Order: sequence, then C-alpha cells, then structure tokens
Amino acid sequence: MEKLVVGSREFSSRLLVGTGKYKDFQETQDAIVASGAEVVTVAIRRTNIGQNKGEPNLLDFLNPEEFIILPNTAGCYSVDDAVRTCNLARELLDGHNLVKLEVLGDEKTLFPNMTQTLEAAKILVEDNFEVMVYCTDDPILCKELDDIGCVSIMPLAAPIGSGLGITNPYNIEIILENSNKPVIVDAGVGTASDATIAMELGCDGVLMNTAIAEAKNPVLMASAMKKAIESGREAFLAGRMKKRLYASKSSPEDGAIK
Amino acid sequence: MNAITIGIILNGSEIHLKSNSLKELIDSLNLSEARFAVEINREIVPKSQIDNYTLNDKDEVEIVIAVGGG
Repeated sequence: MEKLVVGSREFSSRLLVGTGKYKDFQETQDAIVASGAEVVTVAIRRTNIGQNKGEPNLLDFLNPEEFIILPNTAGCYSVDDAVRTCNLARELLDGHNLVKLEVLGDEKTLFPNMTQTLEAAKILVEDNFEVMVYCTDDPILCKELDDIGCVSIMPLAAPIGSGLGITNPYNIEIILENSNKPVIVDAGVGTASDATIAMELGCDGVLMNTAIAEAKNPVLMASAMKKAIESGREAFLAGRMKKRLYASKSSPEDGAIK
Repeated sequence: MNAITIGIILNGSEIHLKSNSLKELIDSLNLSEARFAVEINREIVPKSQIDNYTLNDKDEVEIVIAVGGG
C-alpha cells in the first residue's frame, strides 16, 4: 500500500492504534503487532509516587525506535493543560514533536471543545509541533484547523469508545473534499466493517483503540482491522461500480440452453 | 549540621524532603530507568539539567510518564 504522509513523516500502515484499556502490557504489545500499526498513541500522566523498582513501563513494550509514538492530550479540558501536556510529551520523547491534540468539552460525550482546540492548535503549530488534531466532523472547523497548519485532521466518527461506527459519512465526505491534509477518522469505530467504510469514503487512515482493546479477542480483532483498512483503501483506489436499481446480467444471454 | 527540610507540591500532593536535589527526588521514586519528563513551576526541566537542579521550598513539581491511552 502507498505510504501515508503526515507532516514530515511517512507511515507504512494507515491504521493508527491506541494503547488504553488492555488487560496488560503484553496484550497491548501483541495486539499492536497484529494490527501492523506503526503509529501508536499514548497518554501522558503523573507518575505514581512510590513506584516499585523495575515496575514495567508501557514504553518498555513499545520501543520508540520501532514505533512512532503519538502522545495525546486526552483528559485535557483547557488550552493551557493541552499545551503543557504537549511540552511534557516532547521532553519525554527527546524532542519528538508529533502530537495528537484533543481538548475535551464534556466528560459524558468526550466531544472536543472546538474553540479551545483551535486556540491550542495555533499555539502548538507556532511552537513547531506537528499537530494531528481530534475534532468534530464539522467541515468548516476542520478547514480552519487545516488552515492553521495542523498536519492531519482527525474528525470523530462517533463518540470516543462508543463503537457506533461512521455516523455521518456525508460530513466526512465534505471534509475530505475540502482538506489539503490527510483526514484520519479518530474515534467511534466498532468493528472491521466500520474501518472499511471510512477508508472507502477516501479517508487517509483510521485511529482506533476501544474497538480492538474491548473485543473478546483483541489480537484477532487487531488483525481483522489491519485487513479492513487495507481492503477499504484498495476499494477506494479501485473505484466502486455505480449503483443501479435493477439487475444487470453477469452471464451472456447467447447460448443458454432452452 | 542542620538537616534541610523543604516542602514541595509533587504531582498535586504536598511532600517534605530532606534534600533539595531534584536528582535525589527522582532516584527515590524509582524512575531512573523509565522515560519521564519533569516540569517545575510550569517550566520544563530538560533532562540535561536534572542532575544539577536545586529545588526550592514551595516548588510545584510535575513528573509524568507515558501510559496507555487512545
């Protein structure tokens, strides 16, 4: 599959995955390897005071030299917290400047607060971050984020962790039409066909976490998602047939026995 | 010799320290082998400055690591 270019980086997989909600770090690693994803998101959190010596750390299982670590600002409800988190992430990852910006508006829906998201995006772009931005599926706001200089526009397909699928494919289509940057559906996918639908619409990639982590067999679902993304991309590139209301014969009419 | 005792806010909780060395604080947290980042009074402390950084009374210290997230 052709590479996905995001800002100054190239990704070989169009599936981006999260690392939350797994049973343990081993399962996280197994699922991520099965997904074939190269970009993996992590959250930045205060360390436990009194951590035991040698306690395993997520990044022991996901080597930043093998994967592209995408730190997120999950849990941030203000511009200030999101910008601080990005600065801490950049320090933690030795100057790595690719971040997933999300400024949330509400605990129940986890919908983004878009006025704060726009403001944080401006600050971060000016500070030389490459910003992949979680946003609503509003085409006008997506265009603004594009104009600000975000490297990828990542509209939600449905609320985070909901598994409802692509709830508004028409908006996604408009966002794709307007965007100069890769559009990656972030959040809402529930199963493999949802990921395929996003890719068939022409999305450049899909970012997911819960759909894999909460599957009964996360490793198998990760493998299914890998194929779903590839199928959807190929179908998009191939160009689907036109729909018609009535049947159209596939076999020749001549020579049928009568 | 007077033992130094300073009070800082570490990750939102007040603690008292007998040393004002940031390096000693980090060692005491068993973090030396992990990837972490430090912010003091809202300013990032680069890794290169940690060894020689002196904490002051009432400093607000945040130490973060990467955890699972989406």
